[in-house]
Amino acid sequence: MIRGTVLARSRRRPPDGFRLLTALVALAAPISLLLIVLLLAQQGAPAIQHYGFGFLTSRAWNPITLDFGALAFIFGTVATSLIALALALPVGVGVALFLAEPSAGRLRGSIGIGVELLAAIPSVVYGLWAVYVMAPFVLIHIEQPLAARFGSVGVLGGPARGTSLFTASLVLSVMILPTLAAVSRDVIRAVPSGLRESSVALGATWWETTWGVILPAARQGIFGATVLALGRALGETIAVTMVIGNRPEIPTSVFAPAYTLASVIANEFTEATGQLYSSALIELGLVLMLVTLTVNVLAQLLVRSTAREARA
Amino acid sequence: MNRNLYRQVSNGLARVFVYGTALAALIPLGLVLAYTVSKGLPSVENVDFFINSFRPIGIPGGGVAHALAGTVIMVGLASLLAVPVGILSGVYLVEYGRGRWGDLIRLASDVLVGAPSIAIGLFAYALLVAPFHHFSGISAAVALAVLMLPVVIRTTEGAIELIPGSLREAGLALGLARWRVALQLIVPAAAPGIVTGALLAVARAAGETAPLLFTAFGNQILNLDPSKPMAALPLLVFNYARQPYPQAQQQAWGAALVLVVLVLITNLTSRFVFRRQIALASKL
Repeated sequence: MIRGTVLARSRRRPPDGFRLLTALVALAAPISLLLIVLLLAQQGAPAIQHYGFGFLTSRAWNPITLDFGALAFIFGTVATSLIALALALPVGVGVALFLAEPSAGRLRGSIGIGVELLAAIPSVVYGLWAVYVMAPFVLIHIEQPLAARFGSVGVLGGPARGTSLFTASLVLSVMILPTLAAVSRDVIRAVPSGLRESSVALGATWWETTWGVILPAARQGIFGATVLALGRALGETIAVTMVIGNRPEIPTSVFAPAYTLASVIANEFTEATGQLYSSALIELGLVLMLVTLTVNVLAQLLVRSTAREARA
Repeated sequence: MNRNLYRQVSNGLARVFVYGTALAALIPLGLVLAYTVSKGLPSVENVDFFINSFRPIGIPGGGVAHALAGTVIMVGLASLLAVPVGILSGVYLVEYGRGRWGDLIRLASDVLVGAPSIAIGLFAYALLVAPFHHFSGISAAVALAVLMLPVVIRTTEGAIELIPGSLREAGLALGLARWRVALQLIVPAAAPGIVTGALLAVARAAGETAPLLFTAFGNQILNLDPSKPMAALPLLVFNYARQPYPQAQQQAWGAALVLVVLVLITNLTSRFVFRRQIALASKL
């Protein structure tokens, strides 16, 4: 009550210098966001003008003939991200259920810390580990047996390579797991406890309560967490660059090398000769930026509306 | 009876699945840490590793001093930019940011957290490298600052919101100006939480590679001048890991271990500091 009146009175005063200062400083975040898009558009303008909309649908990538298109990279980015999501989603929701479970006790604390540390490990360290440890293991124990048995199914066809679309997706799935788990946990915790209690009071088991009450109530927020993780996966650069095999083609098999938007920029930008080549790479960056921006705004709106509903 | 048995069994299986996923999530963490420690230790055991800079393949005694110095300088400069701006933005969000403007800034910083780091690197390149025609540590620091900013903003806001309203009311009741209340009462009370945010942001920036590729670029000699190209630990790991020479790969593992230890220490410290914040806020 008292706090409300104090605030109401101070609001009637003219804006003071402090308010103006902090308001100006607070514009830094939106302005950076805007500047990123504008500068990328400006630097990518030569390529945008030269190739037009065909840039997005062309599979070509030839620095010698200056024939550039984004399709192979868009495919690689979307494919790795979706496979990573499919792998990480069940585990992420499972971890979130565990972390939101009141009865899990002390184990919950240490697993929570572990998941946070998973998010803290630098991308390049995941990449290093993936190149020297995971990729050889995946090749021998997953890719080759699968390709040998199910090779006739085109998507699983050989020859399998250690650095492939599949390996990149696997690393990505580990890297987006913390985002999925942490955001889903918050959403699940925000489900009103009355719902859980009513369900248990009706004699439902833990699983019936979770599957029939908690998860439906948290559905939209978990979807938001998934979209947020998708945004992370789309933009992830270094670890993917180290294990995807870097071949600018649309592969027919998940065990073949591919390329993503972020990795082709990381690999080729400093070596790009000529204005058109580097501006084509910047246009790829602009495409990536606009897609992740859209995905992230969508995710934030979803997560927010769930939080608001839970509060109401 | 049969139906109840089915319910019990499915309940048990679901529990096993949930506990299993929780443990499975820790497997990659354990594996990455175990390999980094065991493969990196032989490099790190040698003091030369921290004192010497790059040496050509075949000449023993090469180290990562140049990369360590570069990372410290660039992350330090980035913090000088991002931390004050982030704190003031966070103060704005709590003090005045209840309306539409505040929501817009919140949304912008949450979206900025998810912006691809490679795009931020290109942005810094366009802003500070292309116009001056040379790579520099400063351009990398700006890219890292953009990465750090949203983390500092949101943790500052969260930390200040933990402070009970009575502290603000006491200050205002004494006739203090709004800025004095904010900067001399609220911010100091929320200091541990704000430090947590800064530490998390530093940990994030120290491990980033992608924004440095076309800004800091890398350097083989020890360079302390941020207007010139600089080496950095993550950049060194990335470049050495792709070389066919065991000596380079060995150093990559060593540098990765240094990086992981740095990041884990900052993370665990921030966790400790944050616990103090909660204890402090509950006492106010």
